[in-house]
Amino acid sequence: MTASRLTLWLLFAPFLAWVLLLVVIPHIDLLILSLREKVAPRVYETGFRNYADFITSSVYPWTLFRTVAFSLVTTAVTFVIGFPVAFYIAKVARGRRRAALFLLCLLPFWVSEIVRVFGWMMILRETGLLSGFLQWAHVTSGPVEFLYNDAAIMIGLVYTSMLFMIVPLISTIDGLDDALIEAGYDLGGNGVTVMTRIVIPYAMPGIMAGSIVVFMLSLGNYLTPTLLGGKNGQWFTAQIYNQFITRFNWELGSAFGFILLITSTLVVWLLLRLSGQSLSNTLGR
Amino acid sequence: MPDFDLDCRNLVKRFGTFTAVDDVSFSIPRGAFFSILGPSGCGKTTLLRMLAGFAAPDQGDILIKGASVLRVPPNKRPVNLVFQHLALFPMMSVTENIAYGLKRRGQRRAEITRAVGEVLERVGLPDAGPKRIDQLSGGQKQRIAIARAMVLDPAVLLLDEPLGALDLKLREHMKIELKQLQAEFGTTFVYITHDQSEALVMSDTVAVMNAGRFEQVGTPEELYYRPATAFVAGFVGDANRLQGRVKAVGDGRTAVTTESGLELIAGPPSGPVRTGTAVELFLRPEAIACGGAPDGAGNRLKARVEDVLFNGAQSRILARLPSGDSIEALLPQTGAAASLKRGAPVTLGVAPEALVLFPK
Ligand SMILES: Nc1ncnc2c1ncn2[C@@H]1O[C@H](COP(=O)(O)OP(=O)(O)OP(=O)(O)O)[C@@H](O)[C@H]1O
Ligand SMILES: [Mg+2]
Repeated sequence: MTASRLTLWLLFAPFLAWVLLLVVIPHIDLLILSLREKVAPRVYETGFRNYADFITSSVYPWTLFRTVAFSLVTTAVTFVIGFPVAFYIAKVARGRRRAALFLLCLLPFWVSEIVRVFGWMMILRETGLLSGFLQWAHVTSGPVEFLYNDAAIMIGLVYTSMLFMIVPLISTIDGLDDALIEAGYDLGGNGVTVMTRIVIPYAMPGIMAGSIVVFMLSLGNYLTPTLLGGKNGQWFTAQIYNQFITRFNWELGSAFGFILLITSTLVVWLLLRLSGQSLSNTLGR
Repeated sequence: MPDFDLDCRNLVKRFGTFTAVDDVSFSIPRGAFFSILGPSGCGKTTLLRMLAGFAAPDQGDILIKGASVLRVPPNKRPVNLVFQHLALFPMMSVTENIAYGLKRRGQRRAEITRAVGEVLERVGLPDAGPKRIDQLSGGQKQRIAIARAMVLDPAVLLLDEPLGALDLKLREHMKIELKQLQAEFGTTFVYITHDQSEALVMSDTVAVMNAGRFEQVGTPEELYYRPATAFVAGFVGDANRLQGRVKAVGDGRTAVTTESGLELIAGPPSGPVRTGTAVELFLRPEAIACGGAPDGAGNRLKARVEDVLFNGAQSRILARLPSGDSIEALLPQTGAAASLKRGAPVTLGVAPEALVLFPK
């Protein structure tokens, strides 16, 4: 082994250790655990009963479907809100305004997620700001509860994910030569066609990168759906938490963890296929 | 009224207090190849962007085929722009790039396919259609960029230094090809460049631009042989420059003493001069007769060869005069050249008409 090779290995060592310790080993462990069936106290057999339990259950698949669907909607909403913002920051704003706007997007992330979620709870709860404002404006006669429903979860998730959509979008749109936009107009395009035929196709790798990150973050989020959705949250991560912590059924919990992993991989793969992008060209920028 | 495709009247564009384009007027007849030649930063791109509609002039008017287009947005103007860096869409194939404009017009699919095939044929790349942009060579990209604009059949095609990104060899080649394409399409070209040889080779008419103004508009021959200003004389073609003062003004002749003390007889001045006026003299290397003397009352300058700058048919000698001035002269393509070695004495013959004179 040459010296430069050695240096390379040493440089990569922390990264490899991180992947090995925090990603590979726990997942192998999870896989083994999920394939254990409890036949009697302290007696286990290898089999797929945990997975069968998941499939035959009336609640779990529905929760998973709900979680995936909501995460996709969150991703779409984040994109719809984030794209104009990113476009404005990357192409329209200049100099100090640009820096200020970017900072503004970053600002919420200076506090921890739990504080951010509590912020939303203060606004949305029955005695919160929104309800108070509506009563003050005589839109409603009594207090209204805005918390503990799907919309509240959505608001929280979109808010939490926004930065992860905007940053990759800004960095790809920033690379778009203004001349391409001008050429789009010069050859007869209008605002809509320039956007859909030139800017969005060009930004596709960034859109996919942002979407993958936002989707994964939403799918794996525990705090926001639990706090803002309450009992009605029904987020799949909460089910995993239940199995591990409340029911102490680590075997089923592991199976759930694995099912979530496979589902998210499948959805991401599907998204990439549909958009005609490859993972390397999306994240390798 | 003559048939003008493009008519610009007193165009002015200011950025704050800085005037980038200053009272520019010109008109271009149908099918002409019109070049705007000027140094970097003189306002060429600004002028072109006004023609394309990406910038609004502060004053003046732009007429295309007789109608003002000031209120017409860029996507509706009957002009198309070939960008400095081409601006081909990297996420589309060659065919999609060319079809983009046609689709925006809502043409039928069959018609688009036919038009794309035809224009690709015309630019000599009939098989390039399915290729991606990054699979094309520099010259091919160039041709596709022109095809993408030409397929829309614009009244005027604007080109902003389209050869700037190419290497020298390819540039020489594309120069000729571009001229041929223009002749074939018969479209009016407005071509921007800071490369005088591009402008001279390709154009029917050249406008020399400096600091936002047109210094002179004329055929390449006019600019080269009868420059109207000192700037044009210095910018178009190579010239030796000498500074001096008028000693006497005669009929068609001007006697000048240079700052280095050289006594020269020059042609008629381009501008009002009196005895004592400070002037600038321009002398083209190929107008100097090395060794030979011009007929009649020419200037005969004794000098010494300081260096021979070999460049094939464009070879020159660098001659040092006793006054200290150094002059570049074209090396004659005859036997006489053999004796012009470094350090050899040489007599430079300069006809008075070859010395072009401008008051400073
Ligand atoms: N948007 C702008 N704001 C302020 N000044 C500008 C702007 N655009 C151009 N200028 C100035 O106008 C002048 C002319 O610029 P322009 O781009 O037209 O030059 P050019 O002749 O095309 O030069 P080059 O050959 O280098 O492309 C320059 O001094 C430039 O700094
Ligand atoms: Mg320019």
